[in-house]
Parts: sequence; structure tokens; C-alpha cells
Amino acid sequence: MTDASYITERDEAGSAGLETVCREAQPADYLALLKPRVMSLVVFTGLVGLVLAPGSLHPTLAVTALLCIAIGAGASGAINMWYDADIDAVMARTRGRPIPQGRVSRDEALGFGSVLAVGSVIVMGLAVNWVAAAILALTIGFYVFIYTMWLKRRTPQNIVIGGAAGAFPPMIGWAAVTGDLSLMPVLLFAIIFMWTPPHFWALALYRSDDYARAGVPMLPVVAGARETRRQILIYSLLLVPLTLAPWALGLAGPLYGSVAALLGAIFLLLALRIWRSETDRPAKHMFAYSILYLFLLFALLLAEHGLGWRA
Amino acid sequence: MSAMPLHDHHKRRRARNYALGGVLLALVILFYLITIAKMTGGGQ
Repeated sequence: MTDASYITERDEAGSAGLETVCREAQPADYLALLKPRVMSLVVFTGLVGLVLAPGSLHPTLAVTALLCIAIGAGASGAINMWYDADIDAVMARTRGRPIPQGRVSRDEALGFGSVLAVGSVIVMGLAVNWVAAAILALTIGFYVFIYTMWLKRRTPQNIVIGGAAGAFPPMIGWAAVTGDLSLMPVLLFAIIFMWTPPHFWALALYRSDDYARAGVPMLPVVAGARETRRQILIYSLLLVPLTLAPWALGLAGPLYGSVAALLGAIFLLLALRIWRSETDRPAKHMFAYSILYLFLLFALLLAEHGLGWRA
Repeated sequence: MSAMPLHDHHKRRRARNYALGGVLLALVILFYLITIAKMTGGGQ
């Protein structure tokens, strides 16, 4: 909150001004603007791309690349919170965020996010390379302009197309080392891209009232729970074979192939349970498992690389 | 003469300033390390 708005609100609110004082922004509020939980998965997938890439990068520059990915992702989150402040205030899941709570103003969030976005791209370009910087800029732009401003409030396909933004980090990590792209980072992108719809639709299934209240046309709101369950199953059927592609194409070893098949079977089982069920419970299980699933798939690739089992 | 007691919002502002100072210091260190890495050929 700016000094000016603080003074104005305190003067106008009188005794209620004390409340304003207590709600002044803290470092933790700015951290919350960066969506740290989302950021952690983004950084992890970026790390996997960076480690799997052939060649080497100076440790300081590798840390810088990951920092830029983290800050870029966080900046996207802050700008998203600026744009979506109206619907965040309506939804139970998001009303505790700093802007709806009045701890950070919308303008501050926009300024904070914009500075971090530009800064992360420039530092990535100057310190690492401009290919990685360009993909980072594309990621931020895609999330802010394509997903947040264009798709999110217009189409139930919002997270299908917008999911690309979350899928870019392994490509950025890879490009940070090599300065170009090849099949493996594209496969990693494709895995996250196909994973996003079942992951988010599982959440949307048991949060559909929240999304409906906010007027966000998530699939369960627009097409109903039955169609969403069917779509989750379809995307899961597409996702699981895709996760096996790195092994099938000789880009990952037998450890990855066998465990990915097992994890994929569990994913399909959960998708089937959602498809058959009329309750929210399987969707909650799917949402929680999907995070673990993606984490384990990428961790397996890391482990194989560490053990030297990579094909 | 005793110092004026700090109001809550002063304490909070101080915490924010410390955090900002920490971030700036971290950036200085990071840019220094990047420069060293680049100068020693780590960026090639």
C-alpha cells in the first residue's frame, strides 16, 4: 500500500484506520504475489531441463538461470493477480490473496510484476543466453496476455491452451545450457502440456461453484461435470503414452520407462474412477496425485541422469 | 531522553526496508558472481 493511500484511508476511516495500519503490506505479501507453490514446480521442471541438456553451464550461471525462471514465473503470477483481482475477491480459493485482502494495491502488484518480468528476461539474456531469455519472455507473455487476459474468461479451453505457459520451463532450462532446442525438451513440454487439463479440471470439478460465482467458464461450469469427467479421461489416455515417449525414443532409460508406466497406470485408474463416480472425492484424489505424478516423472529423469542410466 | 516508541506500522515498514535491503544486497552479490563467471569463461 502506498504512503498516500495509507494516509487517505486512515484519515477517512477514523478509528478503522488502525485496521488499515495492520494490513500494510509485508514482505510475505509480496512473496505471496509470486505464487510460490506454482513457482516451486516451475523451478523444478526448469531444473530438469537444465540438468538433462547436453553440455555444461557454470554453476553460478545455472543458479542464475533457475532464479530467472523462478522470478519470471512469479512475475507472471503477480500480473495475473493484478488482472484477476475482481474474480479473486469472489472465489473462496483466492480471496485470501494480498490484493483482495487489501494488503497490496493493484497498481503495486502490476508494478512489482512488470519490473520482475522485465528484469528476469534481461538478466537471463545478459548472463545466460538470449534464446533462453526469449523463451522466458514468451512464457511470461503467454501466461499474461494469452491465458490471463484473453482465454481465461472467454473459453472453457482456457487451461488447455494456457497450459503451454506452464510447460515452457524445461525448454528454458535446456536452452540455458545449449542455446537451442531439440526433441527431449519438446517432449518435456508436451508432457506438462497434456498433464495440465486433467490436473486443473480435477480441481475445477470440486471447485465449480467457486468458478461459476466468479464467472470463469471452466469446463465443469460450461459443459457440466459429466463432460469434464469424460475429458479428464481422454486427456489422461493421451498423457500416459506420451510420458513413455522419452523411454520409447531412447531418450530415457529403463528405470524411467518402468516406473512411468506404473505411475501412469495409477493416473489412468484415478481418471477412470472420476469418470465412473458422481462424487468429488476421486477428483480430489486426482488433483493431489497429479502433482505427485508430474514431480515423480521429472525426478525419475533426474535420477537416471545422476546414475548415468540415460540412454 | 528515551527514544520514541515505534508504532506498528513503523515496525512493519522497517521489516519491509530490511527485506528490500536484503534483496538489493543479494542482487549485488549475484551480479558480482555472474561477472566473475563470465570473466573466467564460464559463460561460453
